[in-house]
Amino acid sequence: MADVIASPAVHTAEHGHHADYLTDPAHKGIWSWMTTVDHKRLGVMYLWAVLGAFFVGGIFALLVRLELMHPGEDFMNAEQYNQAFTLHGAIMVFMFIIPSVPAALGNFIMPLMLGAKDVAFPRLNLASFWIYVLGSVMAITSILVGGVDTGWTFYTPYSTTTGGSVTMMTLSVFVLGFSSIFTGINFIATVHKLRAPGMGWFQLPLFVWGIYATAIIQVLATPVLGITMVLLVMERAFNIGIFDAQIGGDPVLFQHFFWFYSHPAVYIMILPGMAIISEIIPTFSRRTIFGYRLIALSSVAIALIGFLVWGHHMFTSGESALAASIFSFLTFLVAIPSGIKVFNWMATMYKASISLDTPMLYAVSFLLLFGIGGLTGIFLGALSVDIHLHDTYFVVAHFHYVMMGGTVIAFLGGIHYWWSKMFGRMYNETVGRIACGIVFVGFNMTFLTQFFMGSQGMPRRYYTYLDQFQPLHQFSTFGSWVLGAGLLIAAVNLFSSLRGPKNAPSNPWGGTTLEWQTQSPPITHNFVGQPSIEHNPYDYRHFKIPTDAV
Amino acid sequence: MNTWLRNLFLPNASSIKAEGVDDLFMFILWLNILFFLLIAVVTIGFCIQYKRRSVNQKTAHIEHSTALELTWTILPLILCMIVFFWGFNTYMQAAVAPDGAMEIQVTAKKWIWTFGYPDGSVAVGKLWVPVNKPVRVIMHSEDVLHAFYVPAFRVKADVLPNRYTETWFQATAVGDYIIPCTEYCGKGHSQMKAFVKVVSQQDYEKFLEEGDPEEKGLPPEKLGASLYVNLGCSTCHSIDGSKGQGPSWKGIYSAQHKMVDGKQFAVDENYIRTSILQPQAMVVEGYQGIMPSYQGQIRERQLVALIAYIKSLK
Repeated sequence: MADVIASPAVHTAEHGHHADYLTDPAHKGIWSWMTTVDHKRLGVMYLWAVLGAFFVGGIFALLVRLELMHPGEDFMNAEQYNQAFTLHGAIMVFMFIIPSVPAALGNFIMPLMLGAKDVAFPRLNLASFWIYVLGSVMAITSILVGGVDTGWTFYTPYSTTTGGSVTMMTLSVFVLGFSSIFTGINFIATVHKLRAPGMGWFQLPLFVWGIYATAIIQVLATPVLGITMVLLVMERAFNIGIFDAQIGGDPVLFQHFFWFYSHPAVYIMILPGMAIISEIIPTFSRRTIFGYRLIALSSVAIALIGFLVWGHHMFTSGESALAASIFSFLTFLVAIPSGIKVFNWMATMYKASISLDTPMLYAVSFLLLFGIGGLTGIFLGALSVDIHLHDTYFVVAHFHYVMMGGTVIAFLGGIHYWWSKMFGRMYNETVGRIACGIVFVGFNMTFLTQFFMGSQGMPRRYYTYLDQFQPLHQFSTFGSWVLGAGLLIAAVNLFSSLRGPKNAPSNPWGGTTLEWQTQSPPITHNFVGQPSIEHNPYDYRHFKIPTDAV
Repeated sequence: MNTWLRNLFLPNASSIKAEGVDDLFMFILWLNILFFLLIAVVTIGFCIQYKRRSVNQKTAHIEHSTALELTWTILPLILCMIVFFWGFNTYMQAAVAPDGAMEIQVTAKKWIWTFGYPDGSVAVGKLWVPVNKPVRVIMHSEDVLHAFYVPAFRVKADVLPNRYTETWFQATAVGDYIIPCTEYCGKGHSQMKAFVKVVSQQDYEKFLEEGDPEEKGLPPEKLGASLYVNLGCSTCHSIDGSKGQGPSWKGIYSAQHKMVDGKQFAVDENYIRTSILQPQAMVVEGYQGIMPSYQGQIRERQLVALIAYIKSLK
């Protein structure tokens, strides 16, 4: 077996001699893309799809914030507003953030990191993609045909009695769930079976650990969401009554079913983001990661404990004091592994050699913003304080800090980090950094004030509000414009790089993991010969930084 | 600093349990600030201090430190347990209303709050209570989920259909405190509010005997204007001609209204009275029959006032 850890010089020579996966003459044309089983092509298609969903969800966010400039009607009435916030949430959660990192970056990068040719089940991977497309088309149809105004959480009995396309939207969520489940199955099998020789569990890059832990949650939790959606549809269509209080059913039961999935779902959202940070920080610090084992095992701990805390969404819903107490206790336990990761990442930067390129700027932003997001979760885990804060803007601020300040920032960091690997072109670094700064400022402008709006008593999902909240709402709306502008600049910077020639170096950042040991973009079969590894990832003691590194 | 932060984040504590909740809130806030500053200062500090100086610069190969990792596992765990027990304790102490608490029946329906007093009287939109006395609210919904929340008292509980939920409070200061609905319930969710009116024991007894003093002495038109908001009519009926869930009140007196069954009626005193007490009998064409009935919840004087107000909206 050829040892493929060749020097970068060899790869530069190979450049242009091997067609890459984008222009492989054996796989040309639209049909070859639509029927591809290449994890890299699927990753790219997923990337465009989720970025498209992010754009649509983002438009709804801007509309919601614009309406909230003044109390009362600005340009939408209450019903339209209710649909706008519902669609913002549903699109962002189901069509964007849950697939985002695993389906786009996980698909592309993980097999490369393992030294594998592809995932374990490439055809299942293709099926995952088309199921995602089908679910997304159904969701868009439901928006166009009747609209949905239930909130992304679909609480009964409002969701079982309101008009609109609730049935089609919940069925689309059911379909989208299978895309997630199949991806999870695929990734678990891939990590178990397709590792390069010499790559034991504790030689895995931490990105793989994170994606693996995520895959466990995807497989175990998503079916519960699927069944819940089916029950909701049956309730609407046939009045079976399990959520109907008037005939002995229990609307709160829906909340238990829903959150049993939706709490682990937030770990599906954050673990891959953390996985990206675990790659970026050691690479741009050119230092070994601090506490590899604890970071790896904390991902699994979060995945498992995350299944035990769903009731913290329901402290005021009518659950018993005993249940509330147990859920509160477990919620504090699940916070600890996340804290360990943050401190380990910071320790990685000690006595390091740090370069603040765009991916690293996003990683530093993550530490600050996810820090706030995670810390503010402590307010919400505390029983007496949560009674005051539940269903207020405080919760909205908290989850945007963890989901957007955490996952989306990490996703952007990962996209920039692996952009040249995926497309062979480098984006403009100066513009990338400026965009990151604008996003950081805009994000905080939008969401920081929402913490004190909430604790002052501003409820969420409110179309109009008391005059006292107007200055804070206006400031938040201005922030949303700054945030939108930053994201737009980042997007234009990335996309315009695609016009140039594919001359990016194969390892611009000096990364030690296997994906950097092949050309950018990779050949269809990823490596020339089966790579094997001889040392742990992030080991810079004997690593030679490539001469064409940035 | 502490006071400034407290006022930034929290409304005035106006119930006996509020201060306890606020104390924990502030403890957590200071923990948040401390740890955020730690993360920010160290991270940014490292970025500056360990900025790359040369391409082949060597870095320290520190794989782990048991001491450090134990520290930042155990210390946060201890802090989290402190917060857990503090929150648990406060929550459990507030879990059961004191013996002898005054009981108020609360009914939520899209999109008004109705309160039933111990003497059997009913009021929409205003919950009169005496100061410094415990009040237990026993609640249910007539339709979807709602939530009863008094930010000033730090109490909240969802209101469910066909089941009672409850919470309790003891107000410590006279005043008006808003009760915004805090569980999404559709179109009128953000307008579904009521007020707790905390008054002295004397004024409370006077209210029970003589009715809402804010209504006494008001000429009917003015009273009607105030009821338009307080009874929740404004959620569905505009006064400027724009169409809502229900017909606008502007200029309707003496107009002709066509019903869904084709019959036509002149909007006179009887029409308005029936629309309020038996709304399903008077559904106007182009609208849905979703208006809740105010039968048993509205006093004669209030009906007269609303009629007078509608008449005045030319």
